[in-house]
Amino acid sequence: MKRGYIAALLVAGTFVLATISLFVGVISLGPRDLWQDPASWTLIADSRLPRTIAALISGSALAVCGLIMQTLVRNRFVEPMTAGTGQGAALGILVVTIFFPSAPMFAKMALASVTALFASLGFLMMVRRLPPTQPLLVPLVGMIYGGILGATMTFFAYQTDMLQFIDIWLNGDFSGIMRGRYELLWIAAIVAALAYFVADQFAILGLGRDASVNLGLNYNQVMIMGLVVISIVAALTVVTVGAIPFIGLIVPNIVSRRFGDNLRQTLPLTALCGGMLVLASDIIGRIVRHPFEIPVGTIMGVLGAVVFLWLLYRGPRHAH
Amino acid sequence: MITVENLNYSVNGTQILHDVSVDLPKGGMTALIGPNGAGKSTLLSHVSRLLPLQTGRVRVDDLEIGHCASSDLARKLAILPQQVHFVTRLSVRELIRFGRYPHCKGRLGPKDHARVDAAIEAFGLEALSDRFLDTLSGGQRHKAHVAMTYAQDTDYLLLDEPLNNLDIAASRALMALLRDLADTQNKTIVIVLHDINFAAHYADHLVVMKDGQINCTGRPEDLVTTALLRDVFGTAANVEMVCNKPYVLP
Repeated sequence: MKRGYIAALLVAGTFVLATISLFVGVISLGPRDLWQDPASWTLIADSRLPRTIAALISGSALAVCGLIMQTLVRNRFVEPMTAGTGQGAALGILVVTIFFPSAPMFAKMALASVTALFASLGFLMMVRRLPPTQPLLVPLVGMIYGGILGATMTFFAYQTDMLQFIDIWLNGDFSGIMRGRYELLWIAAIVAALAYFVADQFAILGLGRDASVNLGLNYNQVMIMGLVVISIVAALTVVTVGAIPFIGLIVPNIVSRRFGDNLRQTLPLTALCGGMLVLASDIIGRIVRHPFEIPVGTIMGVLGAVVFLWLLYRGPRHAH
Repeated sequence: MITVENLNYSVNGTQILHDVSVDLPKGGMTALIGPNGAGKSTLLSHVSRLLPLQTGRVRVDDLEIGHCASSDLARKLAILPQQVHFVTRLSVRELIRFGRYPHCKGRLGPKDHARVDAAIEAFGLEALSDRFLDTLSGGQRHKAHVAMTYAQDTDYLLLDEPLNNLDIAASRALMALLRDLADTQNKTIVIVLHDINFAAHYADHLVVMKDGQINCTGRPEDLVTTALLRDVFGTAANVEMVCNKPYVLP
């Protein structure tokens, strides 16, 4: 039961990191202040706790989505934030902000989910035509596709004087997270958790279309289900904290390397690792230039690029 | 029995199957043979619902393809999926467990576990059962996939050129195992083969195809002759009878 042991370690690590996260920030706050200064509780409840929860949820949900997307596309080098889904979500918010600026947050999020879904479908259509013998073409096409969507968005934002919003949506940052401004993320947490119940079906889809049909699965239906999960999580993350790159790429790869692709067993581990990694990156971002902060998207970009290169150049896989 | 009636299939204006009607008997092993491009795999893909029906009907016992739930058919008929480039990191046992999915939808009971164990034993995969698929050789991985269809425990088992990439020992072992499935567990095996000698030696029934049509059907000893090789395969090879079974000499 090595997996159970590691899961317990990850849960413990998450609690340690969450505790540290509560006491790191611009306003200095130590554990002793909790019973000396009643105002410290307000700080925790209004800012530090929401920020910690937001980091954990977005990290785990994005890691889970990365794993689902890699299984659906059958390629280890894709993730929603670099393959058009995140950009599609941001494009949706931009459109709704331009045309219906007073629309409620929930409506903005719903439209962003829809555009994210269409962007992912477009990616899937393109990827299906690529030769299966060239797996590296898939992430390349994804990055170009994401780049085109991003450029379209920049053009419209430039035309409508909304360039400053683009940065908020495309570069994840937890410094604006406060009580009352992150609760939508709980929906992302629920959606990602629901994916666990269809984990077997996603895993079978990873065996290919023929194998899925053989086992009586409705291939297209499961595929759409997966894309809907990815799109909702991507849209909610982009709306509340902004895109966080690479998390959906490196976490599933590391977990799969050690524990394989049986999603029912690896989804919880992927979620735990994703939450920890994003929270750790956010804590680092709060510490390195204290009292200033570095956005978590930037930290993850640096960290993720290094790990991505390592994944590309690592030797062939052998028996564990 | 698998009944195919008036099946036509064309892609981009090229007709692959011409009004194919054939009955594949229940029980025993039926081999589909024919030259390259005769439509053997296409026919098999229709029976296994991998290709959409354009015209015609295909029935497997009382289930009609296209009109019955795919999940019902998955308990009646199993296919050996084509080998793919992308190999998921499942252990051999995890892969074989997915063969039970049509029966238990992921909640394996004692009966399902017993069948998984039986599949691992039948294919001699005990030592490899906890290894990841991507750490195995091509032949071992192939064996694991066949074991998965074995665990699916269906009346019909369809295999499309399963001997590709297998050496002589592995080929003979697989054919013997399929023969045993047909003889002792009353399974119906339908198999596309390129090697006529393997087909004639192991199968009870042959279906010969040429140019998208059924050329003839019958017992191997009646069908495999010098004339068949000349007319259908276009090659002048000699056929010798050894122990009442025909063998093509190279």
